[in-house]
Amino acid sequence: MVEFLVRRAFISIVTLVVISLIVFTGVRMIPGDPARVMAGTEADEAGLDEIREKYGLKDPVPVQYLRWVGLALTGDLGESIRTRQSVAWTVAIKLPITMELAGFAILIAIAVAIPAGVLAAVRRNSVWDLLASGISLCGVSVPNFWLGIMLILLISVRLGWLPASGFVPFWEDPLGNLQRMIMPAFVLGTALAAVLMRQTRNSMIEVLSADYIRTARAKGLAGRAVVFRHAIRNGLIPVVTVLGLQMGALMGGAVVTEQIFVVPGFGRLVVEAVFTRDYPLVQGVVLITASAYVLVNLAVDVSYSFLNPRIRIRGAAGES
Amino acid sequence: MSLDASRGTATAEVLPLATSAAEPTGWLRRGWRRMVRRPASVAGCIVVLIFVTTAIGAPWIATTDPLRTDWGKIRKAPTWANPFGTDDLGRDNLSRVVWGSRISMQAGVFSILLAMVIGVPIGLVAGYYRGALDQLIMRLTDAWLAFPFLILAIGLVTIMGPSLTNATLAIGLGATPTYIRLTRGLTLSTKEEDYVLAARALGAGDLRLMRRHVFPNIFSALLVQATVSIPTAIIAEAILSFLGLGVQPPAPSWGTMLNAAQQFLESAPWMAYWPGLAIFSLALSFNLAGDGLRDLLDPKDY
Repeated sequence: MVEFLVRRAFISIVTLVVISLIVFTGVRMIPGDPARVMAGTEADEAGLDEIREKYGLKDPVPVQYLRWVGLALTGDLGESIRTRQSVAWTVAIKLPITMELAGFAILIAIAVAIPAGVLAAVRRNSVWDLLASGISLCGVSVPNFWLGIMLILLISVRLGWLPASGFVPFWEDPLGNLQRMIMPAFVLGTALAAVLMRQTRNSMIEVLSADYIRTARAKGLAGRAVVFRHAIRNGLIPVVTVLGLQMGALMGGAVVTEQIFVVPGFGRLVVEAVFTRDYPLVQGVVLITASAYVLVNLAVDVSYSFLNPRIRIRGAAGES
Repeated sequence: MSLDASRGTATAEVLPLATSAAEPTGWLRRGWRRMVRRPASVAGCIVVLIFVTTAIGAPWIATTDPLRTDWGKIRKAPTWANPFGTDDLGRDNLSRVVWGSRISMQAGVFSILLAMVIGVPIGLVAGYYRGALDQLIMRLTDAWLAFPFLILAIGLVTIMGPSLTNATLAIGLGATPTYIRLTRGLTLSTKEEDYVLAARALGAGDLRLMRRHVFPNIFSALLVQATVSIPTAIIAEAILSFLGLGVQPPAPSWGTMLNAAQQFLESAPWMAYWPGLAIFSLALSFNLAGDGLRDLLDPKDY
C-alpha cells in the first residue's frame, strides 16, 4: 500500500517537472525579445536593459528555469502585463466562479449519466438501452457552444424564461445566481454526461456478468438488491477514474461555455489573455491547469486504492 | 482471421494460397451481413461521404461566391435564392456552409494524420523496445496529456498566432499522446504473438518486424480510433475558430460563422442554425461510422 502510494506520488512529481519544463520552453518559443514584450513598444534600450536585469533574463537558462520554478512553488507566477496584478491573484479571484460552474456541471452529468447508464446495462438491448446510447452518442457529437447558442435562442430569446448571460455572486442573490448558472452548467455537463453514461453502461455490463453477481442471484437475492447492493459499488469505480480523466476536457469546455454565457470566470480570463498577448498570465494559467489535472488524478487513484484492495496490491506488484 | 492476416504477415507467408484464396469472399459476405445489421452506421458512412463530396465539390455546388458581400441583402431570412438566408454582411449562408465543410474536413483529417504520423512511430518504439526509453516516453506522454486540449491550443496559438494551419497543428499535437498510448499498448500485445515470434526466428530485423508484422496488425485498431478522433478534431477546430483562435474572417469556417451569428440571435437566428447543424451531423455520422467500423474489424467476433 505504502509502496503504491509512494510510487504513484513519484510518477506525479516527475510529470509535474516535465510539465514545468514544457511550459518554460513554450514561453521561450514566443518570437521576439521577452524584455520587449514585457516593456511594450515604447521602451528604449536602457529601459529594456533594466527589465532584463530585474527579471534575470541575463542569467543562464537553467538558472532562470530554477528560479522560475522556485517562485512558482511559493505561489509567485509573475504579474500580468496588462493589469500589473499578480497572476496568482488574478486567477484566484476568477477560479471560484469557474469551480461553481464546473461543480454544477458535474452534478448534472452524474445525476443524468449514472441512472441512465445503470438502466441501460440492466435492461441491455432494450428500448431504454437504445435510447440512452443514442442520446449519449448525440451528446458526444454536439458541439457544446452551438448547444449553448441554441438554448439561449430557445429559452432566453423565444421563451424568456432565463437570462441569457451574465453573473451575480451567490451570496448577493442566490436565486439570480442559480438562474444564470443553470444553462451554462447544463451545456458544460452534456459532453461529460455522455462519456460517463457510456462508461457506466460498459462497466456495469461487465460487473453484472461476474461470478459473484451470479452467486448473489443464485442464493435468491432479488434483481434490484443485486444491482444496488453488489454491482454498483464495483461498477462505479472505473466511472470515477473517467471522471478524473475528464477534468481536462471540463476545463476546456468551461473556456467556451463562459465565452457564450458571459460568465466572468477563469475561461474568459484565458481568452482575454491570449488576445491581449498577456504572456505571463497565459503561462500561469497553462501551468495551473496542467498541474491541477495531475493532482486531481493522483487524488482519484489514491482514493480508490483505499476502496479496492485489488488495485493497491496490483499497483504495488508494479505494472505500468 | 481478420483482414490484416492477408496483408503479408507471417501467417499469410507461411500458409500462402489455402487461406488467402478463400478469405476475401467470406470476409466480404460477413462484412455485408454486419453492415445490414447496423443501419445507423451505414447511414453515418453515407452522410460522411456526402460531406466529403461537398468539400471536394464546393466550387461546383456553391455557385455563389461565399465571400461576396451584398449590402442590399443583409441578414435576409431564407428564400429560394438564399435557402439558408444571408449573414450580417449579406453573404450567402448556403455557400458559406458548403465551403466551410472544406475547412472542417481539412482540419479534422490533417490534424489526426499529424497525430498519427508523430504518435504511431513513437508508440511502436516504446512498446517494442520497452525499458528506459519506454519509461521516458511514457512520462513525457503523461505530462503532455495533462494539458487540456483547449488550454494547449490556447498556449500554442498565443505563441504562433491564430490561423487554420496553427489550429490544425495544435489539435494534432493535442491528439498525439492518445496515439502514442494506444500504439504502445497494441504493440505490447502484438509483438508476443506467434507470427511475430516466427518472423523473428526467421531472422527478421527489428525495423522489419515493426513495419511488416506489428504495424499492419494494429492498423485496424488505429483506424477505428481515427474515426472517433476526427469528429472531436472537427469540433475542436470549430471551437478555436469560434473563439477567434483558428480560421480568421472572412474565410467561411463553421466556427467563425457561429461567432458572428451569436450577435444576431434575435434578428437572424438562421445564421446560427446551419453551421451548427453541419458540425453536429458530421460529427455524429463519423461517430456512427466509427462504431460500425469497430464492429466490422473486431476480431473477437470471428
